[in-house]
Amino acid sequence: MAVGEIRSDTMLLNMGPQHPSTHGVLRLLLELDGETVVRMVPDIGYLHTGIEKTGERLKYQQVITLTDRMGYLDNMLDELAYVLAVEKLIGIEVPERVKWIRVLFSELERISSHLVWLGTHALDLGAMSVFLYCFRERERILDIKENVSGVRMMTSYFRIGGLMADLTPDIEPKVREFLKIMPGRIDEYEELLTRNEIWVDRTRGVGVLPAETAIAMGCSGPTLRASGVAYDIRKRMPYSGYENFDFDIVTAEHGDVYDRFRCRMREMRESLKIVQQAIDGMPEGPWRLDDRKVVPPPKDELVNSMESLIHHFKLFTEGLKPPVGEVYNAIEGARGEMGYYVVSNGAGKPYRFHMRAPSFYNLQALPLMSQGYLVSDIIAIIGSIDIVLGEVDR
Amino acid sequence: MTPDETAAALQERFGEAVQDVLRFRGEVTAVVAPESIPDVALFCRDQLGYTFLDDISAVDWLDRSPRFDIVYQMTSLTEWVRFRLKTLVDAETGPRTVIPVWPAANWAEREVWDLFGIEFDGHPDLRRLLLPDGWIGHPLRKDFPQTQITLPRPRADKIEEAP
Amino acid sequence: MGLDGSDLFEFENVPIIEARRLRSVGETDFQPTQGGGVFTTTVKQMIDWSRASSIWPALFGLACCAIEMMATSAARWDLARFGAEVYRASPRQSDLMIVAGRLSTKMAPVLRQIYDQMPDPKWVISMGACASTGGVFNNYAIVQGVDQIVPVDIYVPGCPPTPDMLMYGFTMLQDKIKRGVPPASQQALSGRGV
Repeated sequence: MAVGEIRSDTMLLNMGPQHPSTHGVLRLLLELDGETVVRMVPDIGYLHTGIEKTGERLKYQQVITLTDRMGYLDNMLDELAYVLAVEKLIGIEVPERVKWIRVLFSELERISSHLVWLGTHALDLGAMSVFLYCFRERERILDIKENVSGVRMMTSYFRIGGLMADLTPDIEPKVREFLKIMPGRIDEYEELLTRNEIWVDRTRGVGVLPAETAIAMGCSGPTLRASGVAYDIRKRMPYSGYENFDFDIVTAEHGDVYDRFRCRMREMRESLKIVQQAIDGMPEGPWRLDDRKVVPPPKDELVNSMESLIHHFKLFTEGLKPPVGEVYNAIEGARGEMGYYVVSNGAGKPYRFHMRAPSFYNLQALPLMSQGYLVSDIIAIIGSIDIVLGEVDR
Repeated sequence: MTPDETAAALQERFGEAVQDVLRFRGEVTAVVAPESIPDVALFCRDQLGYTFLDDISAVDWLDRSPRFDIVYQMTSLTEWVRFRLKTLVDAETGPRTVIPVWPAANWAEREVWDLFGIEFDGHPDLRRLLLPDGWIGHPLRKDFPQTQITLPRPRADKIEEAP
Repeated sequence: MGLDGSDLFEFENVPIIEARRLRSVGETDFQPTQGGGVFTTTVKQMIDWSRASSIWPALFGLACCAIEMMATSAARWDLARFGAEVYRASPRQSDLMIVAGRLSTKMAPVLRQIYDQMPDPKWVISMGACASTGGVFNNYAIVQGVDQIVPVDIYVPGCPPTPDMLMYGFTMLQDKIKRGVPPASQQALSGRGV
């Protein structure tokens, strides 16, 4: 029988939900013709947590703890998006120092998230040392977070109307030390990967996403910017004082895995610039708003003033009460546009609290990016869109 | 064009179908009739430049009729502004799908169906997205219980007597 | 039947000893040597020591705790020095399942399937508050405690537990194994009830 007469069908391969390279509990159903992917259907929901339901049961301040646990790699960015949404809903404006501290920690968080992305992406494609190097740098950022809030990951540091506490005196030397060594470390990663023939072969021309498709599918963040669309919410619709900082939007042309890699590496450097500016120009001032209907009074006032005691009591039993209305607030998360849609009916708990996760839409575009590529390319593509299943499934 | 100009353009083009325009904290929402959603969406994307769909979600107002709000949030990538469309529906008769306008709506509408039970007319693949396949009920509705449903546990030595 | 208080069903105050009917707590396969068993005792101790010193975890990181699990195996808190040299993707090649993260109802059958595929002896560490009890999420979507699905040996609290906490739990498991305590899978502690 000649080779041409052998009949072959496509094969259905199930990848995940327990899989080392899916970056979480994601199940992909691949229809393969040999090794080439003909069709791909993602099956999500294996980490569905029901936070939108639980958010309706908790007070506005308590929901901050839930938002942390959704995008668990860039958790302070999730907190920031939610806190800004509620502040917009109430109609308050925080002091300058608060905005600068928020920017400082947002950018540190972005670097930390990109480090995990780089480490796991490189690990999937075989470069195991990069994983260990990235986590070594990430430990420094986690030390900074632990110093200021007591917790390494789920800090709940950003609060409605301000912060949990002011910066500790240790923060500035730690951040400056980090800024001194980090550019050299990013150079190290680039030395290992950027012109590495194996890396370039595995990533160049793979997983191409054209700009129109990306916009139509709602992709955002580095996934969109690598296809050439300069949409960065920090620059286009600035929030929390980003208009005072000087940095560039990073874009690329081809929209393949290699371009997304280059985009994120350059974004790490831009974030370092912002951190430098933030720590150099940090204004003095209060670290939370003085509005007692929103922010609890300082602890030492509680022994002296009856009114403070009542404010404190009301805030922690009934919760702060925004006016009736709805608000959608989006910021630039590490993966793209992270938005919160909060609806209030005047009570102390959100009536409806919905999270617009960037990874949800980036993942929806995954089948369009993967048609016609090999199975091993799929691993590279999943790594490059940098999904966090906590965000996708909420 | 600013959000206010967008609202004015919609009212001019669609007249009666735009039932209300809400303004709150610098955001503008146009409440439209459910039947006109596909046309309004196409107009917003092509004529007004809102090419980026941020999100589709729903809100359950238990004591109101029609019960659900469906909210379409979109962004213009040329003017860098956001706009919201809202429509009021009942559970069984959802609006027509906007997948022809923004393909990103595919999973967003599936999620709304999964968690709220609102059917989108014409959706190619309306099935469970976040919950297991055999799940009964729509959790984000206000009449679905909040905390874990506790089940009674049988006594170990009486298992043989269970019918 | 059931909710109206018939005596077929009773709520939580079932005494623990009564509920675990298949085996009582002290009863195991391990036969203590009675007189003149120095050799078998030493072999058993050596086997326990070697099992404790090279526990290979299976990859079962679900959510945020998985990131701290990855940090535990990274350079600063190196779990490999305690024997967890590689995280095996295939459950058939691993001894330990660290359930790291919240378990949703859609993922629960997958957890059980992976657990069943692991060869004996196998241990389970439930890492984090969500895996141990459901954590901050008391709602329709999260299983309130992984021990409703698989028997657990060590519970590590925290949200997420810092890497040193996980390492403490890991070394506690190693102590347990070296002392000769049978794994929870053999004590049939799974489920509450039957």
